[in-house]
Amino acid sequence: MNMIAETKLEPKQVQTMQNSFKMLGRNVTVHYGAKQALFDVNLAIRQNTVTALIGPSGCGKSTFLRCLNRMNDTIDNCRVGGEITLEGQDIYDPSIDVVELRARVGMVFQKPNPFPKSIYENVAYGPRIHGLARSKVDFDQIVETSLIKAGLWNEVKDRLHEAGTGLSGGQQQRLCIARAVAVSPEVILMDEPCSALDPIATAKVEELIHELRSNYTIVIVTHSMQQAARVSQRTAMFHLGQLVEENDTDKIFTNPDESRTQDYIMGRFG
Amino acid sequence: MASTHIYTAFDEELKYLARRISEMGGLAEQMVSEAVQALVNSDTALAQKVVSDDVVLDAAEREVGDKAIIIIARRQPVAADLREIIGSIRIASDLERVGDLGKNTAKRVIAVQESGVPRKLARGIEHLSELALMQLKEVLDVYANRSADKAQSIRDRDEEIDAMYTSIFRELLTYMMEDPRNITPCTHLLFCAKNIERIGDHATNIAETIYYMATGSQPEGERPKDDTANTVVVTKA
Repeated sequence: MNMIAETKLEPKQVQTMQNSFKMLGRNVTVHYGAKQALFDVNLAIRQNTVTALIGPSGCGKSTFLRCLNRMNDTIDNCRVGGEITLEGQDIYDPSIDVVELRARVGMVFQKPNPFPKSIYENVAYGPRIHGLARSKVDFDQIVETSLIKAGLWNEVKDRLHEAGTGLSGGQQQRLCIARAVAVSPEVILMDEPCSALDPIATAKVEELIHELRSNYTIVIVTHSMQQAARVSQRTAMFHLGQLVEENDTDKIFTNPDESRTQDYIMGRFG
Repeated sequence: MASTHIYTAFDEELKYLARRISEMGGLAEQMVSEAVQALVNSDTALAQKVVSDDVVLDAAEREVGDKAIIIIARRQPVAADLREIIGSIRIASDLERVGDLGKNTAKRVIAVQESGVPRKLARGIEHLSELALMQLKEVLDVYANRSADKAQSIRDRDEEIDAMYTSIFRELLTYMMEDPRNITPCTHLLFCAKNIERIGDHATNIAETIYYMATGSQPEGERPKDDTANTVVVTKA
């Protein structure tokens, strides 16, 4: 990594950008074997902001999301180029502890995937392996706060020791969010977190995203344009592995600059 | 609209709105033209027709509004589509007002005729209406091809109508001062002139809406204003 490709920015400007944005991707490229999936993506992720990544299937939005906490490391023939920083620090630097990185940059997946353990253990698991708590009182505290933050506490407080898999789909997804929140991350990545949920459960998760914004930086990949319009403040549009445009969500959904964005959000053929 | 939607039914709905707006425009134009004709020729039958046509225009405006609400609820349009639909609602409302102004002018035909006003007094209004109708006709053409440039140029031309309205205002005041028996017909004619001047304003509104639909931003600069009738004072010579 660290191969900073040709860029027009002065090193000093780059430093300023790295400091003012929570995360910054510069000239990010991704190859799966011989196939290139991302082409020189430059995208800044702002602090305490919900950034939505939109675009048709195969446009590279999930690939970019997965670069932000090195989930692509687990794919054998995947190569990531360019530079991604978290508060100015290169996350692909060899000195970075990936486990620690993923505690700072958590992830929630498309399909709710609670561990086959109790609700309590699902939330306590992360803090335990990261050594964030020692006594039972501390764990109880973390589990309660995390479940409150995820808007699930009132629904599960009387059955914390029942299986997490016994919850409804929407509750399971909020349990996964509680699990992500439990290790006090700075950034939460969400990969289509509502696509397996019904409209009511979706609304609850979206409301949760809205509330979480004041404490976390959130990046969400979504196929639902309406969802992007509802929950995000910034929207980035991807197409064929390129970042087409990134702007205020208000602007993107009323008067986007690029015709590819307009065609996509309006459901038109290009 | 260069490209089409994946949902062809959505395209059909947008086309339907556009067609209804064009039809409303045609009817509003015709009503104003006939109202002025009725005024100049003291044709009460024609005036009556204008009054009854207004019902059709009002119904069309409600229909456009209802259809737009349904499209918004079912399609959740964004960007240019959303502007198109919101624009349709606004334009339909402007055209409905144009029809009302035509109707009001037609209603005054009987009053003006009874007091036996010389036809020449109505000539100025006829000329004013030609300008306003030209403006309305052009703006409807611009609506058909959604040209932001032309919308901007129509908007810049409203001052011609305003200037002529001011001059008619002065003229009518002079007639009233010459002979108090002119006061009743001239007051009605003054309202007619004001109605037509307002039609020019609505045409300008429509031009601004079209500009917004095409570009997503409001037209630049202040709207030209040359209607100085509100400050006109005629002193006895």
